[in-house]
Amino acid sequence: MTPAAGGMVNETKLKLAVHIGGITMKNPVATASGTFGFGAEYAPYIDLNQLGALVVKGITLQPRAGNAPPRLVETTAGILNAIGLQNPGVEEFVDKLLPGLAGYDLPVIVNIAGDTVQDYGRLAARLGQEKGVAGLEVNISCPNVKKGGLQFGSGPDMAAEVTRAVKSATDKPVIVKLSPNVTSIVAVAEKVAGAGADALSMINTLLGMAIDIKTRLPILGNVVGGLSGPAVRPVAVRAVWQVYQAVGLPIIGMGGIVTAADAIEFILAGAGAVAIGAANFVNPRATMDVLAGIKQYMIENGVQDINELIGAAHS
Amino acid sequence: MLITDARIIKQEEILPGFHRLTLAAGEVAAKARPGQFLHVHCAADRLDPFLRRPISIHAVDRQRGEVALFYRVVGRGTALLAAKEKGDQLNILGPLGRGFTMPPGKGKVAVVAGGIGIAPLYFLLQELGANKISADVFLGAATGQQLFFGSEITGLGHNVFPATDDGTAGYQGNVVSLFARGPSDFVYGCGPAAMLQSLCRVIEKHKIRGEISLEERMGCGVGACLSCACKTRGQEGNCRYSRVCVEGPVFPSGEVVWS
Ligand SMILES: Cc1cc2nc3c(=O)[nH]c(=O)nc-3n(C[C@H](O)[C@H](O)[C@H](O)COP(=O)(O)OP(=O)(O)OC[C@H]3O[C@@H](n4cnc5c(N)ncnc54)[C@H](O)[C@@H]3O)c2cc1C
Ligand SMILES: Cc1cc2nc3c(=O)[nH]c(=O)nc-3n(C[C@H](O)[C@H](O)[C@H](O)COP(=O)(O)O)c2cc1C
Ligand code: FES
Repeated sequence: MTPAAGGMVNETKLKLAVHIGGITMKNPVATASGTFGFGAEYAPYIDLNQLGALVVKGITLQPRAGNAPPRLVETTAGILNAIGLQNPGVEEFVDKLLPGLAGYDLPVIVNIAGDTVQDYGRLAARLGQEKGVAGLEVNISCPNVKKGGLQFGSGPDMAAEVTRAVKSATDKPVIVKLSPNVTSIVAVAEKVAGAGADALSMINTLLGMAIDIKTRLPILGNVVGGLSGPAVRPVAVRAVWQVYQAVGLPIIGMGGIVTAADAIEFILAGAGAVAIGAANFVNPRATMDVLAGIKQYMIENGVQDINELIGAAHS
Repeated sequence: MLITDARIIKQEEILPGFHRLTLAAGEVAAKARPGQFLHVHCAADRLDPFLRRPISIHAVDRQRGEVALFYRVVGRGTALLAAKEKGDQLNILGPLGRGFTMPPGKGKVAVVAGGIGIAPLYFLLQELGANKISADVFLGAATGQQLFFGSEITGLGHNVFPATDDGTAGYQGNVVSLFARGPSDFVYGCGPAAMLQSLCRVIEKHKIRGEISLEERMGCGVGACLSCACKTRGQEGNCRYSRVCVEGPVFPSGEVVWS
């Protein structure tokens, strides 16, 4: 597709809805897990109903205390974090946090993480019973927990096994979140698709670290952490591009999105939706600003339906 | 909890590296409580440095709708903040966090400040003064020149007891050991972690009560990212990580677990 030359667009009838593996989002802008809490934290700043989807902080079977501080270091145009999946556990999430989201008109996607394949299956079975859960995002790629996360994400076969365990435990849409810390993200994506995933999201953070040259010691309590923010965007765009080309599943793209232009770049690379992460910290209204900018771009470029843009950079 | 583009009314370099910045921010001034902070976007026109910087609310003039910050230049963010001039806009998020509570009962009140720790305590002293509560204020600094706002604090109706590391003014030595000579019934503290830890020990030893304001590296500032963890003890003695940005930055002294 070549760029339209500002053709006639009915501004009041812009089509923004996208479909991500069985989840209908009223617009393509979601929140990235772990950067938006459970939604309530940002309710004073934006109308949550305007979001395409809310992806909540990673949930595990048992409560997790998280890593020792410091948990965050700023790096050049980015941040390294090592939160360590601090969360109240699935039961408290279902009892105390999920009900608060019932009043909102938006799909709630729950990010899940486990130590074992069985953990993922159990989490999926438990959350699968909840009406308020629109879908699951399977975190096979968090670099911040020693036992879980990364070991699943790094091996394509293990990633497929986790996907199968989740799929067989629930009928809800399953989005598998991919790690960039692998030799071939395409190889993992293909295996996960073969195992029945309904959609993919990418990228999780890049494994990194920072050292304090005064104390001569690592800064993070966990020594290593995950890099995100503007610094990682080209890596993420590349991942979306490659996976879109190789695998037919819908993709939620993320990694360093700050502006609408950043988001549109991901959509052109093949993302059916985008998620805003660290940018929320700087601008609590980042999701809304990105959405407004996408609409503006559509109007200026004669795009009536956002779906026309998905993967449009693949000529 | 607002996102505001506030106009800078004054940028004063009180001593090299120590700045007081006054903002026109009426709504923030009306809402702010002592101990709360603003999450300041030091470079809104660029992506690096990326994050906001947490800075305490130092003083408030509700009538004029003004809020002041008092900060030390220690790195890129605060250097960019110091380069801003009168008339510039500053993007601020806040007031954020849980502040100090007013002292319970009629006992003797003390305030212990280490270095730049006076920043949030000054606003507290304004409020205590307005409520006709007179505090003993233990002001600690490396050197006499860095004992800030002594006469203003006296003007608010408090008694100032200075302490300096080099003995150039007041008591020579640690501000906590000066305070420990005659502890009060309720104490407020802010300063470097090591100073707060020793203050908490004194509070515990004398079985008094107090509140301290903590610092931790922050992402969101609104409780969403869990970056700003600090270990605390619950009522049943169980430990957990609390978020300095929403459960703090002010904590009852007995709640903080020091490593
Ligand atoms: C609730 C709270 C209130 C504060 N109030 C004041 C105040 O009133 N006056 C004042 O001078 N300082 C205050 N600080 C400390 C101030 O936030 C840091 O000095 C500042 O962030 C340093 O930024 P920088 O870019 O200049 O330094 P850099 O060293 O370049 O900072 C790099 C990163 O480390 C973080 N960082 C570095 N030191 C600290 C620290 N001590 N605490 C938290 N994060 C840190 C920064 O936020 C940034 O993300 C407060 C901190 C907190 C948490
Ligand atoms: C503080 C923080 C916490 C995060 N927690 C999670 C998590 O619990 N589960 C997960 O799958 N990803 C988590 N992530 C990764 C983000 O969802 C996202 O994939 C990544 O940050 C890239 O997006 P960004 O550059 O826009 O931040 C976290 C990221 C940050 C910065
Ligand atoms: S800074 Fe994000 S939770 Fe406190």
